Amino acid sequence: MSLNEWIFIGLFFALSWTLPAVPIVLGKILAPRRPNPVKQQVYECGVETYGDTRVQFHAQYYVFALVFLLFDVELVFLFPWAVAYNQLGLFALFEMAVFIFLLVVALVYTWRKGALTWA
Amino acid sequence: MTELLQDIGLSHGLAVLIAKTVGVFVVGIFGLLWTLVGIWIERKLAGRFQDRLGPNRVGPFGLIQTVADTVKILLKEDLMPTGVDRWVFNLAPIVSVVSVILIWAVVPFSGSWIGTDLNIGVLYLVAVGAFGTVAILMAGWGSNNKFALLSAFRSVAQLISYEVPMVLALLVPVLLSGSMSTQTIVQEQHIMYLFAVPLTVLIFLTSGQAETGRGPFDLLEAESELVSGFHIEYSGMKFGMFYVAEFLHAFTIGVLTAILFMGGWRGPFAEDVPLLGFVYLMIKSLVAYVVLIWVRMTLPRLRIDQLLDFNWKFLVPLSLVNLLVVAFVWKVVPDTDQISNLGDAIVPTLVLLVVNIAMIAVVGAILRERGRRERQRIEARMTAAKPAAAGD
Amino acid sequence: MDITVESVVFLIFGVLTLGSALLMVTARNLFHGALYLMASLFGVAGLFVLLAAPFLAGVQVVVYIGAIAILIIFAIMLTPQVTAMRGIRTTQWPLAVAVAVIFFALLVSVATPLMGELGVDDFAADFTQENPPDVPADSLVRLGETLVDPQGFMLPFEVASVLLMAALIGAALLVWPEGKAPTPPAEAGDD
Repeated sequence: MSLNEWIFIGLFFALSWTLPAVPIVLGKILAPRRPNPVKQQVYECGVETYGDTRVQFHAQYYVFALVFLLFDVELVFLFPWAVAYNQLGLFALFEMAVFIFLLVVALVYTWRKGALTWA
Repeated sequence: MTELLQDIGLSHGLAVLIAKTVGVFVVGIFGLLWTLVGIWIERKLAGRFQDRLGPNRVGPFGLIQTVADTVKILLKEDLMPTGVDRWVFNLAPIVSVVSVILIWAVVPFSGSWIGTDLNIGVLYLVAVGAFGTVAILMAGWGSNNKFALLSAFRSVAQLISYEVPMVLALLVPVLLSGSMSTQTIVQEQHIMYLFAVPLTVLIFLTSGQAETGRGPFDLLEAESELVSGFHIEYSGMKFGMFYVAEFLHAFTIGVLTAILFMGGWRGPFAEDVPLLGFVYLMIKSLVAYVVLIWVRMTLPRLRIDQLLDFNWKFLVPLSLVNLLVVAFVWKVVPDTDQISNLGDAIVPTLVLLVVNIAMIAVVGAILRERGRRERQRIEARMTAAKPAAAGD
Repeated sequence: MDITVESVVFLIFGVLTLGSALLMVTARNLFHGALYLMASLFGVAGLFVLLAAPFLAGVQVVVYIGAIAILIIFAIMLTPQVTAMRGIRTTQWPLAVAVAVIFFALLVSVATPLMGELGVDDFAADFTQENPPDVPADSLVRLGETLVDPQGFMLPFEVASVLLMAALIGAALLVWPEGKAPTPPAEAGDD
C-alpha cells in the first residue's frame, strides 16, 4: 500500500538533515575561531556599509512570481491528464488544447503589454 | 535489496524500519560521496575545454584533489557577520543539500534497487525542487547583506521561471508511459525516449541547466558581477555545502535525463544482474552530465533579462506546443496504448522522431528569422547613429 | 484506538501544522512568519499523504510552498521598511481571538452534519496496512478521466482555465500604469 512507500520518504526527510549537518559541525569544531569587528562586517565591495541593509525591490519580481504561479496551477492540471492519456480519446486532447490555448492567449497579452520585460 | 534484510527475529515492523533507515543512509551517503568523484570529472573536463590540464598534482591524475579541498574547507574559519539571522542563516545550506539528496530517493538504480517507487514520482521531483528555492531565499535573507538579497531574488526569479518548461518537458515521458512512477517510466522505454522526442530532451536539458544555475545561466554567481551571489557571506563548511548541493544538483539532472529519456538502467542483461543496471545508469548519467559541462564551458553568460525573455517568450510556448504535438501524434498512431516490447515501439518512435525533426527545423527557422531581424535592427540603428556619432 | 505508526505520524504532522500556524501568527519577524507558513503547509501535505492522496500532497508542495509562499515572501519584500516593523503588536488581539473561535465553531457546526450526509460516520480515518482505504489503485488515471469527461468535471476544468487567464491579465495590468513605462533601478555593484 502506498503508505508503506512513504515511510521511506518520511525517514529520508527526517534523517537526511544529519548528512550535511555532520560536516558543518565538524567544521565548527576544527576551524579556528577568531572573530574581530572588521572580519564580521557585512560585505560591500570592500567599503564600509552604509544605508539600511534591506533594499526594496521593484514590482517586476512580483509579476514574474505571479505568472509562474498561474502556470504552476496549469501544470498541476496537466499531470492527471498526462497519466490518463492512453485511456482517453482524441477529444481529451482538444479539451486540453483549449485549456492551454486560453493561458497562452493570456501570456501573449501580458507579453504585448510589456509586463514581461525585466526593467 | 534494501528491503527485508533483517527479518531475523525482530518484529516485522521494526525490521522494515531498520532496513529503510539503512537504505536512507546508503542512498544519501552514496550521493554525497559521488560528489567527490564528480567534481574531479568536472574540473578535469573543464580544464581540457580551456586547453589546460586541470588538477593533476594531488594523487594520480589529481584524483584526491577533491578530498584535499574538502579538508581545506573544513579548516576555514566559519565567519558569521553581524546582524545575521542565526537560525535562517545556518539552516539554509542544510536545506539546500537536503533538497537535492531527496531526489535520489526515487531514482531507480536497477530493476529491484530503488529507494521507494512512489506512484507520483515525477511530481515528487518537482516538489523537492521547491525546497531548493526556499533555501536560496533563506540564504539571501539571512545574510543581512543587500547584495545577497538582490542576488537571491534574481536567482529565485530564474529558478521559478525555468521550472515551467522543465515540468512541461517532464510531462512528455509521463504521457508516453502513462505513469508518474520513475520505475514504470524506465520499464516502458523499450526504445529510449531520446530517439522519439529529442526536442523534449533539449528542452529538459536547457531548463535543467538553468535550474541548477550553471552554464550560460550562471549570472547569479558571476564573480565579476554579484560576487558569488547569495552565498557571499558564507565561509567554511557551510559554503562547502552550497557548493556540494549545486554540483550534486547538476549531476542529478544528468541522472534524471538518463532515467526519463535514456532508459535508465536498461541494457543488455540488466534485468538479471542488478549491478549491471546500476552501471548502465551511471554511464548514461555521465554522458548527459558531460553534455551539460560542455555547454557550460562553451557558451557565454546571459543577462538576466535575456534569460527571462528566453524562458517566457520562447521556451514556455515551445514546450507547450511540443507537449501538444507529441500528444497528438501519440493518439494518431494506432495501438500506442499497448506497447509491450521493442517491436511494438518502433513505429510510434519513428513517427515521433520525424515529427520532432520537423519541429526542430521549424524552431530553427523561427530563431534564424528573429536573429536576422534583430541584426537588421541593430545595423539600422548603427547606421543612423554613425553620421551623428562623434568618435566611438 | 490503538497506537499505530500511522497515528504517531498523524500526531507529528498535526502538531507541525497547528504549531507552525500558531508560531506564524505570533512571529515578530515577517520573514520568519513566512517560513512558519511553509512549515504549516508542509504539515498539511503530510496529512494528505496519510489520507491516501499523495497526488494532492505533491500538488500542495508544488503550488502552495513552491509558488504561493514564495509570492508571499516577495510581497513581504515589496513592503517598504519591512525591517522597521519588528514587533508588530496590536492591542486588539482578544477581539481577534474571539472572532477566530466563533468562526471555528461555525465551521464545525456546518461541517459535521455535512460529513454525516456524505456518509462519513467515523472521523478517525485510520487507514493502516490492515485497514486500507477503498481508494482505487489507479486513482490518478480515474482523476484524469473525470477531468476531461463531459459528464464529469470538464466544464469546471475549462472554467478554471478562464479564471487563470483572468488572473494573468490582471497581473499584466498590475505593472501597466497609464502611459508610464517601468524605470530601470539603479543598483550598486551590478554589471
